[in-house]
Amino acid sequence: MIIDGKLLEYLENLSCLTLSDGEKERLSADLGEILSFMERLGELDAAGVPERSHPFDDVNAFREDEAGGSFDRSLILRNAPEKNGEAFIAPKTVE
Amino acid sequence: MNWETVIGLEVHAELSTSSKIFCGCSTAFGGEPNTRVCPVCAGFPGTLPKLNRAVVEYAVLVGLALNCEITRQCKFDRKNYFYPDLPKAYQVSQLYAPICRNGRLDVRADGEEKSIGIREIHMEEDAGKLIHDARSGKTFMDFNRCGVPLIEIVTHPDLRTAAQVIAYLEKLRETLLYLGVCDCKMQEGSLRADVNLSVRQAGSPPGTRTEMKNLNSFRAIARAIDYETKRQTEILREGGSVLQETRRWDDEKGFSYGMRSKENAPDYRYFPEPDLLPVEIDDAWLNALEKRLPELAHQKRERYVKDCGVSEKEAVIITAHKNVSDLFETLSELSGSPVESAHLVTGEIMRLLNQNNILPEELSPDARGLAFLVRLVSEGKINRNAYKETVEAVFVRGADPEKYIAENNLMMLADDEEAAVAVAAAVAAVLAENPGAKADYRAGKEKAFGFLMGQVMKKLGGSGNPDTARKSLKAALGE
Repeated sequence: MIIDGKLLEYLENLSCLTLSDGEKERLSADLGEILSFMERLGELDAAGVPERSHPFDDVNAFREDEAGGSFDRSLILRNAPEKNGEAFIAPKTVE
Repeated sequence: MNWETVIGLEVHAELSTSSKIFCGCSTAFGGEPNTRVCPVCAGFPGTLPKLNRAVVEYAVLVGLALNCEITRQCKFDRKNYFYPDLPKAYQVSQLYAPICRNGRLDVRADGEEKSIGIREIHMEEDAGKLIHDARSGKTFMDFNRCGVPLIEIVTHPDLRTAAQVIAYLEKLRETLLYLGVCDCKMQEGSLRADVNLSVRQAGSPPGTRTEMKNLNSFRAIARAIDYETKRQTEILREGGSVLQETRRWDDEKGFSYGMRSKENAPDYRYFPEPDLLPVEIDDAWLNALEKRLPELAHQKRERYVKDCGVSEKEAVIITAHKNVSDLFETLSELSGSPVESAHLVTGEIMRLLNQNNILPEELSPDARGLAFLVRLVSEGKINRNAYKETVEAVFVRGADPEKYIAENNLMMLADDEEAAVAVAAAVAAVLAENPGAKADYRAGKEKAFGFLMGQVMKKLGGSGNPDTARKSLKAALGE
């Protein structure tokens, strides 16, 4: 699959990244290679293998509906790059 | 030209489980910001979700009540998006195999029955709350609501008018409340509706639709539908085209505005959620859940009329809210008199709710005390006025009915000699004080009797037995 400028620009937007021209060139090639590698999966003969959504055969891993186990707020906020004692703070997200 | 409005609804209902969908944090509304949060719902790396069994069961119960097919093996998918209301940067939802499909809900609106198709019901997690601070230009994030379980109930575009939409939402709310799976408080956001609407010329293929958000009451929904119908019809009438977009309703100003264009439709890159195993609902589990289905409002209405002798009109009022029908059933059981209980609930209790600005969902009176009063009045031990007065005292001020009746001397006098003497004395006094009315009655003015009767009852206080008083007064006047 060819990663053209338009697709790369789309991916840039999706991932909220801004790439320089040099990075764009390098990434186009890199992503193309990754996709070609993944295309090798198509060579596998999967006829007769049933479709599935999960690698494990198990189903139904439940917990019971019991409340408890919230963390202390200071602990939850500890790693936040910006906080005010009660909330996480992020740059403005609406115009 | 005949224009037709085509509407589909997406209703989000927060499930009233005790804990969140993938972790043990509490789902209670409110709470200090970020106090109902753990590493799982805060999206810390390395954590794993574990599905709350009750969420699956509630979703199946709703599916059964809405005549859906239950997906025997369903699974979750990741919906990726970049917005800080979900710190994981994705929402766990169901796209490919939702838990319920192909249901319907029959509603009555504009004088006709209509069956509204339910496309699907899926389970997902709610997002957190963001507060945008204009002054600092910052966004404050509270993750308490992250991971609160939601079901999204999606209709086919079967609705045509605002009245149908409201009828559908009312019946859906009623169903969820009777199932006990959602408290349906729109003001707290536990029931939220998004409206998809397009306009077309009758018989034509559907037009371009818009999606409306931020609808916090049934009234806002009806107004937003009217506004959007007019807006789209005007655009099309002038030869323009409707832009596919999400619009936000401003209820105060009574108009909606475009939020973001769907030309740049978000690409959610859904994929199967690898951290959660599929959910398999076998026959035994499904049968057990079918047995758990409670009696729903329309079934109660039928039973009240057929088995309890309640009027159709009263049955409708009683079942409009689960709390009200619960109260009715408790009163009927404790007092042994369903008809009198129905009168009380649809009469005095409704009046007191309105008068005191109490919502039916907040109704929690002393049912035992009220049932005691229902019994007294149906056995003829207190008269209607004393009954009304004591009901109000119990309902509004939480009075003890027995004590209140004793203190205010409201118990009807027994039919004994002492009572007969008291009644006779009251009648004699009233006739002596009102010679004019007495003469009027004897001259054939029936109305005068009512006046005299009122005076006698007043003299007897709340304890007068109206039947005895009537007989005694009639006898005295007949002399």
